[in-house]
Order: sequence, then structure tokens, then C-alpha cells
Amino acid sequence: MPNEIDRHEIKRLLAEGAQLVDVLPADEYEAEHIAGAVNIPLKALNRETATRLDPNRPVIVYCWDYQ
Amino acid sequence: MSPRAASRLTSLGFREVYDYVAGEADWFASGLAREGRDAAIPRVGDVARGDVPTCRLTDLVGDVQVRVRTAGWDICLVVNDECVVLGRIRAPALAADSTVPVEQVMEAGPTTVRPDARLADVAHRMHDKNTHSVVVTTSDGRLVGLIRRDDVGRTL
Repeated sequence: MPNEIDRHEIKRLLAEGAQLVDVLPADEYEAEHIAGAVNIPLKALNRETATRLDPNRPVIVYCWDYQ
Repeated sequence: MSPRAASRLTSLGFREVYDYVAGEADWFASGLAREGRDAAIPRVGDVARGDVPTCRLTDLVGDVQVRVRTAGWDICLVVNDECVVLGRIRAPALAADSTVPVEQVMEAGPTTVRPDARLADVAHRMHDKNTHSVVVTTSDGRLVGLIRRDDVGRTL
């Protein structure tokens, strides 16, 4: 199971070079997202789109809330 | 949605994957940085006054009254050690018996809004309810500041 983290831990991980991924649909991402996040919608998350991410750095995913 | 995304990334070989389950709703509600088309819309957090005076449950009303007036305010928020808002004291209560603790005269559980609430929406509600100020807290109840109708009017 992936590790669940809170916003305080996120700030620390981002400072250490973690990647932040918004998995909401593109239109929602374009309206608003956490500063610095990239968008890979869940429906489009696959081996090809994941190449946008560095597998050697931590990755943090999020959506709107507990969906 | 994010647990599935995290699991999918793990299946693709990513070794260190974290799930921010509280999501951007939690991030925005804490007044943290946002980007995007709607990011420039004025929010409550933009005008919240973080310098609003605070006190503790056990402080004496007389001491608080002096502090609040010296700072040029007529309201004080009651917080605990974690800065969670427990109550509010407004002018009439500040003029009460100066020897009693704040706990005895405060208004418990004032209405709060999150910093990411749209300022225009909150301004509307304040106008409709003839409210002069509203407490702004994070989703876990920690004080961000106070918005006052005058400040809102100047921003919109």
C-alpha cells in the first residue's frame, strides 16, 4: 500500500525534490491545482505517460479529497 | 482516485510513492499556494488579518481588554496551545468584569470560513447576515486570521 501523508510532510518532501502529481481530469487541473504540480489524469496514467516522472525521486499523488 | 493512481505508479516500478489523501481541498483550505485559471480569484485568505489579538481561556478579561485596545482592536479570539480557535470576545464582553477568566465571557464556537473560500461569496453572506467579521481557520481549526467587512469592501 502507498504511504499516506499530510500537507506538512508534503512540504518537506517537495523541498527534497519530490514530484507532485495531480490525477484529476485536465480541465479541473487547468482551473486550479497545487502550485508546482504536474497533471497526469488517472484515466491517462500508464507506462507511457509515467515517463514524465523520474522513477528515482519520490512521487506524491493527489486528487480533490478522499475520493 | 489518488489511491488508485498511487497503486498504478507502484505497479509501474516507482519505489517511493505517497498518497496525499486529503487532497487539494485540504491544501487550499490551509491557504497554501495554488496555480491555474481560477487562482487569481480573490479568496478569504487574501484579506484575513493575521494580527488579530488572541488570548487563552484562563487569561483575565481585564488583561485582555488592555492588550486588545492597545493594539487598536475591539475583538479578541480565544485559542489553545495549537492555535485552534475556541471562542471570541467582542467589545461588550471585554467591558465585563475584569477579574474573571476569558472562558466565562467568551462566545464559544464562532462561525469560521476556510482561507480558500471565494471572497465575493463570503462578502455576500456577511452582508446578508449583517456580520461585521468572520474568523478564518484551516480545516483543522487553526487560526489564520479575521476578515472584516471594511477590509472586504476595499478588496472587491
